[in-house]
Amino acid sequence: MTAEAEYPAVAVSVTVNGIKHDALVEPRTLLVYFLRENLGLTGTHVGCDTSQCGACTVHLNGRAVKSCTVLAVQANGAHVRTIEGLANGDNFHPVQEGFREKHGLQCGYCTPGMIMTAVHLLENNPNPSEEEIKHALEGNLCRCTGYVNIIESVEWAAEKMRKG
Amino acid sequence: MFPASFDYVAAHSVEEALQLMAKHGEEGKLLAGGHSLLPAMKLRLAAPRVLIDLATVPGLSDIRVDGKNLVIGALTVHADIAGSELVRKHLPGLADAASVIGDVQVRNRGTIGGSVAHADPAADLPVILTALDASFVVQSANGRHTFAADDFFTDFYTTAMNANEILTEIYLPMPPSGTGTAYAKLPHPASGYVVVSAGALITKQASGTCAAARVAIGGLGSGPIRAIATEMEMQGKPLTPQTIAAAAAKAAEETDPMEDSYASADYKRHVATVYARKAIEAALERARN
Repeated sequence: MTAEAEYPAVAVSVTVNGIKHDALVEPRTLLVYFLRENLGLTGTHVGCDTSQCGACTVHLNGRAVKSCTVLAVQANGAHVRTIEGLANGDNFHPVQEGFREKHGLQCGYCTPGMIMTAVHLLENNPNPSEEEIKHALEGNLCRCTGYVNIIESVEWAAEKMRKG
Repeated sequence: MFPASFDYVAAHSVEEALQLMAKHGEEGKLLAGGHSLLPAMKLRLAAPRVLIDLATVPGLSDIRVDGKNLVIGALTVHADIAGSELVRKHLPGLADAASVIGDVQVRNRGTIGGSVAHADPAADLPVILTALDASFVVQSANGRHTFAADDFFTDFYTTAMNANEILTEIYLPMPPSGTGTAYAKLPHPASGYVVVSAGALITKQASGTCAAARVAIGGLGSGPIRAIATEMEMQGKPLTPQTIAAAAAKAAEETDPMEDSYASADYKRHVATVYARKAIEAALERARN
């Protein structure tokens, strides 16, 4: 793609999961493709590619965003956290554990986005109601199995995180 | 999906952004949060040759009080407006609207300035900002000037701004005590965009009569439409359920909404009367507190 670029590449410096990456990117490169193709972080998924489904959700400076609707150049100087940045060694993040414990996934395609949005919710609201969880997950679509187990997964994680 | 190729330039001041706009002319396009522009570019509905990034300009994303106005920087994201103590205290109707745009992720990126400059006829903020009598501050090489909300949204995806102007701030008069503001929306079940929505500002005198009312409706035209007949119906009258019902019933007067696959014109006009009532009732409830 870069070889066909009509416009000069732009230098970006993006810190992803605590590691600083300097790269030259074509201006039209979307953040999700920068993560997946430049950095090999394929845990972030491309679903609809139209900012509807939320499979591409990552944290940009601590906030959940849809990385298919952010240019890599817009993340210049920013901190990005992806699904790969949640676990601590072999220890899953409580939200990852919750999705395992409560069977919050079937095919798994939406799961990284669901988890990143849920982590953003719980970091801002440690004790959400069911309604608040539903409102927070409005921008994440699951096409397999529905949302009941996903909501239970987030509730499980919230309780675990509150207990520390 | 990728946008067509473009050149990217980060602006570091409003002045620099103005110079870049002058340099690139019609080939340039301002980028704020990108949540209207980038989807359009990915669908190749827009293909600017140069994106001039405003997000790298400091100082455009503050919410502050200036005299009798609440001032919101054009780069302020919807989530920050929805969560702002100042907004919730003085103009909760604006927080209502900001909190129902898109979804969490969209609200974390989309900006108030981007939304109003894009002027989507199915957007939330133009409606509530019209009800709140906002002023839009723009800068150009010639200096600053302001547009009143009533004059700003001129057509589908079109505002009164000139191509050499940048929207920098939105001024919102802080209403007198006894005022309530609210926003009520029927979202499209798939897209979340407005089918019909209503914003209301109601000032109630101690006696219970209506001292001031501004009501704007979204979804019935090319942009927000002031429901003048609704406002007139309430003006100076006791704000009883009967008055409100009679006023709301006039919310779609003299409108000619476009039919689409989801809603007929008659349905939209009817829903406008229902949502106007909801917004007025919610505003009045807040005026009591």
